[in-house]
This record gives sequence, C-alpha cells and structure tokens, in this order.
Amino acid sequence: MTRVTTSIDRRSLLKTGLAGATGLVVGFYLPGRPVVFADGAEPAVLNAFIHVSSDDKVTILISKSEMGQGVVTSLSMLAAEELECDWKQIRTEFAPADKAYFDPVFGMQGTGGSQSVHSGWVPMRTAGATAREMLIVAAAQKWGVDASDCHAENGRVVHTATKRSVTYGSVAEAAGKLTPPTNVKLKDPSEFKVIGKPTKRLDTPDKVCGKAMFGIDARRPGMLHASVEHCPVFGGKVASFEASKAKAIPGVKDVVPIMTGQPPVMTGLAVVADNTWTAFEGRKALEIQWDEGPDAGVTTESIFKRFEEKAQTPGVVARKEGDAASAMASAAQKVEAVYRVPYEAHATMEPMNCLADVQAERVDIWAPTQFQTPSQQISAAIGGVKPDQAFVHTTYLGGGFGRRGWSDFVTEACQVSKAMKAPVQVTWKREDDTQHDYYRPASYIKMAAGLDANGNPSVFTARVACDSIMNWFFPGSVKNGLDSSSVEGVADIAYDIPNILVDYQLVPGPVPQGFWRSVGASQNGFFSESFIDELAAAAKRDPYEYRKALLAKKPRHLGVLNLAAEKAGWGKPLPKGVYRGIAVLEAFDTYVAEVAEVSVDNDHNVKVHRMVCALDCGRVIDPSIIEQQAMGAMVFGLTQTLKGEITIDKGRVVQANFDTYEPLRMDECPKMEVYIVPSTEVPRGMGEPAVPPAAPAVCNAIFAATGKRIRKLPVRPEDLA
Amino acid sequence: MAIHFTLNGKPTTLDVNPDMPLLWALRDNLNLTGTKFGCGMALCGACTVHINGEATRSCITPVSSLAGKKVTTIEGLSPDHSHPVQRAWIEIDVPQCGYCQSGQIMSAAALLDKTPHPSDTQIDDAMSGNVCRCGTYNHIRKAIHRAAQLQAGGSESAGSGDPSALVESAANAVDALVGGAE
Repeated sequence: MTRVTTSIDRRSLLKTGLAGATGLVVGFYLPGRPVVFADGAEPAVLNAFIHVSSDDKVTILISKSEMGQGVVTSLSMLAAEELECDWKQIRTEFAPADKAYFDPVFGMQGTGGSQSVHSGWVPMRTAGATAREMLIVAAAQKWGVDASDCHAENGRVVHTATKRSVTYGSVAEAAGKLTPPTNVKLKDPSEFKVIGKPTKRLDTPDKVCGKAMFGIDARRPGMLHASVEHCPVFGGKVASFEASKAKAIPGVKDVVPIMTGQPPVMTGLAVVADNTWTAFEGRKALEIQWDEGPDAGVTTESIFKRFEEKAQTPGVVARKEGDAASAMASAAQKVEAVYRVPYEAHATMEPMNCLADVQAERVDIWAPTQFQTPSQQISAAIGGVKPDQAFVHTTYLGGGFGRRGWSDFVTEACQVSKAMKAPVQVTWKREDDTQHDYYRPASYIKMAAGLDANGNPSVFTARVACDSIMNWFFPGSVKNGLDSSSVEGVADIAYDIPNILVDYQLVPGPVPQGFWRSVGASQNGFFSESFIDELAAAAKRDPYEYRKALLAKKPRHLGVLNLAAEKAGWGKPLPKGVYRGIAVLEAFDTYVAEVAEVSVDNDHNVKVHRMVCALDCGRVIDPSIIEQQAMGAMVFGLTQTLKGEITIDKGRVVQANFDTYEPLRMDECPKMEVYIVPSTEVPRGMGEPAVPPAAPAVCNAIFAATGKRIRKLPVRPEDLA
Repeated sequence: MAIHFTLNGKPTTLDVNPDMPLLWALRDNLNLTGTKFGCGMALCGACTVHINGEATRSCITPVSSLAGKKVTTIEGLSPDHSHPVQRAWIEIDVPQCGYCQSGQIMSAAALLDKTPHPSDTQIDDAMSGNVCRCGTYNHIRKAIHRAAQLQAGGSESAGSGDPSALVESAANAVDALVGGAE
C-alpha cells in the first residue's frame, strides 16, 4: 500500500481509490482495471504530482491542459528542479479530474488566463522537493546513516561522505511509506539548474510522428462515430425532423436528439454511424424544420447599432480618477474617436470533439478539454452518476485559445453515448466549429482625451459597449453590470493621466461569447494603444517618445517599451515604403511591447515585414517556450488584424471554413524576433499577452505609412483607399 | 468493391464506400490517426499524405482513386523519427499544439524531395497551404532549412559529413529526448 504525501492530495486520492491502484498512471485512470508494469513494479505515489517507480521512471502528473503552450515541459521543469531527477527518466501523464489538481485561483481544474506556470510555480517545486526529501530519508534509513549526511543528484541519493549511492527507483517504495515532510525548503534561485534554461519540449517527439493522442484520436473498442447538425440560428431549435433518409444510408446506426438549455430543448440532431465520414454524409440526408426563434433577423449591423445606441448614455463605472468632465472642459486640445472590432472565432486546428462512454455505474470521457471540472460535472450529470464516477481523460488539445473551456462537445458526446449504450465519438466539421463557437465579443468604444498646452493628456475617457463573456459562462453572474473582462486593456490604461473615466454598457445579445486568447485585451489593447498613438500624433510627438514620457512611473512597461524600440532600431532608417508602429500593454501581469514594420502598396494591401517583441513575464522558466508563445501570439494577433472576421446575418454566422474565415498563412507571416527583459519577479504566463499589442503596432505603422487611422478590424484594402 | 494499394510500404486492401475520403479510411478504418482532420476541403493541409510521392490532401481524395498507388502517412515517413524533416523538427522544437504538424511535415518532406535546397519563396509556395493556428511558421521555415542541411548530409552542430554518423547522432538525440521510452 502506497501513501500520499501532502495535505492537498491525500483526501482526494484516497477518496477516488487511486492510492491503492497498482501500476502507474494508467492504473489511476481506470480503477478496477489496473495496468501493471511488465516487471510487476509498483510505483510509489510520492504525491499527487510525482510518482516514482522501481525502474527509476519518474512520472509527473500534469494538471493543466497542453494546447501548445508548453505546460507539459514547463511544469515538469519546475518539479524536476527540486526533485533532482534524471531528466531523461521523466514522463508525463495528464492528471485525472480531481480536487488535488484544482487551480488555486480558479477554484477548479482548468487551464486559462495564462495562469499555468504562475499557479504551478510553488506547488510543483514543493512537490518535487517533498518527493526528493522522502527519497533521501528512505535511502538514509536503508544505509543506517543520517539523512542530513545525504543529498540527491541526477536521480540518485548520494551519501555525501562515502559517495555511495542508490537510484531513486530502488528506494521509491520505502519512500512512499514515509510521512511526508511538511516544510521543505525550496532552492534559492541562484541554485537553479533547470529553471531558466532552454529545454527541449517533452511532447515534440510524439508530435513529429503522429503518435501524440489528441481528443479526435481517442479510440475505444466497439465505438461509434457521430456528428451533430446544429440549429444554424442562435437561439433556435428543431421544430420537426425526418430522419428516415439518413437512417437508410449504409453504416448509419441512428439519429439522436441533442438537448441543450434550461429547460432543455432540441437544438440539434446527431447522426451516429460506424465511421465519421458516414456520419457527415448522414447529416446531409436529414430533413429538419428549424424554429429559428426570436433572433433570426439579427445582423452584425443591427448588433453594432445597439452598441452605438447604448453608448450614448453612461454605463457602469469601471475606473474613475480625478474629474474627467472638468478636465475635458479645460483641455487645450480634444481628441475623440470611435473604434470597433468584430466577433472572432477560435478556429482551433482540431475541431471540437469528444469520445464518451456512458455506462450504468460510470462515465468515461476522452476530451480535449481546458476545463476538467465542468467536464466532469456535466458528464456525471448526463450519465446519472456521482462526479467521482465520471472519469475525465484529458488528451492533447489541438489548439485551445479559450474555446475548450466550454463543454458543449462533452455534453453532446455523453448524450449520444447514453442513447446508444456504446462509446461514441462526436466530431464537429470545420463549418460547425466556425458557426457554433463562443466568440470573442464584438465591441464598440467611444474614446476621448483632452491634451494640455504641451500635448500631454490631462484626461482620458472611454465607454465600452459589448456583450459580457462572464454572463455567458455563468448566466446571471454579472450582478452590477460590470464584467471586468469587457474593459481590461482600456480601464487599466497605464499612462500617467490625472483624470480618467472608463464606463461599460453591457449589451446582451444572442451570439455566444467566450474567452479568446488574451480575452478583453485582444480588443481593448487595440483600442487604447491605437488611441494613444492618435494623441501622440495630435501632440505632434514621436509615438515611442510620447509613451515613454507617460510611462515614467511604470518601470516594467518602460522596460519592454525601451527594449522593443532599441531592438527594432526605432528612429533608424528603413527600406523605402516601410514604416514602423509601436504598442505596449500589460495583460495577465505580463508586459509586452511590439514594433511592427509595415508597407502598404498602391492597391492598399498591407504587408507586415517584421515584428519585434520585447516582454517581461517575471522569472523565466523556459526561454525557448516563451519565444514560441510570443511568436505564436503575434501570428494570432496579426490574424485578427489582417484576416479573420465573424459576421452575422439572419441570426447566424456567415463564415464557414478556412476560405471564408481566413487564418494567417506562411507566406503572410513576417520575420519575428523576441527579446526577454530579465526579471526576478514571480513568473507569469506567456500564452496570451503577446496577442494584444500586434494589432495596434501594425495599425500604428499603417498610420505612419499612409496617414490613415485604422479604427475598425480587420484592416481591409478598401478602408485604406 | 475492394481497393488494393500500398500503405506505408505494405499491401493494403480497403473495402469501403469508394467515395470515402482517404483521410477517414485511414483514421476510422485503418486506425492510423496521425493524419488529421482540419477542414475537409483541402484548405488547411492537416490531412496531407504522400501519394506516389506527391503531397496530397487526403480529405478530398476518394479511396476509389488509390488503386495501385503508393500512400505514405506520417506513421510511414520513418520508423524512428529519423527522416531529416522529423530530426530538424525535433532539433528546432517546431510543434506547439502539434495538431497540424503531421501535415506540415509531410508537405515539407515532399518539398525537400523535389527541391533539396528551397529558398524562402519556395518554402512559402510549398507550405502556404498548411495552416498553423499556433503560429509556428517561423520555426517551420527554420526547420526546413535545417532539414535541407541534414538531408544533404551536412550538419554544423554534428560537425561531420558522414550520413550514417548523422543518423546515429540524431537517433541518440531522439533517445535522449524521449528517454528511451516505450
């Protein structure tokens, strides 16, 4: 019998019966059906995050979803730093859904908010140190020496004086029986050997040979494949349907209603077949009469008209400093502008999917989910079992960007599996994915500023009008009308302006809203960092110098701003026709500045030649992953700047596939450089914060090139004509 | 009607609806899930395989068209990550989420087969059909140039022109990365 160590994991591991399971992690996933190592080795469960087996293999349980941001590697690095294990002996498994793996900030198990490294910073190192100390004590006891005379190094416990040593595996079982220490001392950063070093990603080898298992790759014996025809109109439902033609297709097994909402209504029909393609074909043969509901006349323009109307009157105050009205009245110069951005889809490369196996006593789901706890609760509810009888097998995620925080695909798979009494994998088509997303809010903003005689802003006001993500995620949760995610990136404007008033009009609508990489900052960063550029232009000042002067009291903003400007060669000559733009923003406590080099041709086509990014995310865990994330985030930001746009007509999404909702492609991707400001601050995330500055940096460069101010995304050639 | 073709070097028979795209036959009938579904319309390249050596979008390629042909999927590119493109991808650490990378690698391998030393423009031309939403394009470009070096038998970091030594060192590097797993 193995034991668990720290207080957070003991209760839940015992409760789910995991601690007694034989075998490594797979055994924990399938209690009652344990997988035993070929050599019969029983792993020592040193704590919820670290298991060591007698053959020296170290398994690190990853509580976060790997969607490309590198958590498999970076969280392992944190544990390994203290564990002093042999890096080559590390393997990772995604943790089961369990309280032991709750994010301390979210209060549930889930991945988002660029939070993973930050929330893992202490627990993962503590887990590693705790396991290390237990292994040392076990070896010392074996030798009959004092533990303080021993140390750990590269997967072995060493008796320092005699240099004799044992591998971790050979004392793991004994270590697992010890009472864990409760106050391990963590290394001083000067002693770090792993943290801060570029480290090869642990997931790369499996991702270059097709072996990495994404949700869509999950397979179970006897499984069926399904695909769902959803009501194309938001808020609509099935009025009536005829499935006989679909069912007549060879390979189609059945047609199952999908019920959603409170009270549940039939919003879709799943065609179940013996392969995915037949399920797709079956959908074409469905005859469905839709009740399109009350919002079938909604269009993008009708939505923005409501935003504009609501923005005529004050909303709930998000930030108030000084006396904006008086300051505006006495300003030497006034600048006003209206900006807007469209809805955006996540467009993860892996379409939504889930494999569910709903049985009488248990439910298993194999899901590319960002939010394990809601997925567990939903699958348990549908299966009619207790939450601890619902087992969430998190797979690799083929992109997330916030989309997979929703569990609609889990709901569908569980409903269909329950109806079919068989394992069923629901796979969305690309068109479903584009048209049934939870979209980055379309948003409308009125901004104004007053400049003093020197051109410095004495007052800034902004009124945001858009729908609320939080109200969609937790209906009714926005009690006072203020969803801070709707105004982040503008309400927290960092510039030294004595009078500030930012307010918010929450405008509910039928289009589902969701967290989209960098959330509110994705639009508000564009708004605020373009508008400050307008102020610099009105003041006839250099946009970099103008920002610099107004950020004199913000050292971390200033650090990235100056580094980006220096590395980009701000002020130095450029090739003919190429112009620079700059932007700086804090998001999720990470600071990012970007400089874009842009040209605009005679047909008004924008080409981005180079992006220079400087960032300060606190202490660096892995600079190579940071570089990956910053570059990827800039591509994401460039995509919203130049390419994608979700529009609504007749209550439904117009775009469908990658021809109409276009991603940035290789030939459009500029050269990119990433520079890191060294920091000893607590580490923060890099999954999202490099998204927001890309759009304003590019649009400010377009202004430099053409004198035209872009106040609406995406940038279209006709807007520059 | 059964279709006979060669899949990753092995004679293979598929007895499915001849209109079924190869992608779904691979994934659902032959359990080769390395080839990915992204769009179903040849717009994203996630499903790229080689048919008679040509990079081909399997999501729009009906099984009926395969008779007598040679199909290679990501699983058949090499048995051990040893293809120059895979080695370069590991060396540069290209993948983020990794979902599109099977298709990226198959497109890159086909490019290097025909164009051993591609220019950036040739890389753009060959690779712009492959979408990566994580934005790994700069890493892909770098890795293709590196794969070209590896394929030519040159390796600055290995400092040896002997191809067999290169293969060995790359295999060791892979072993080190995966810890001799499985």
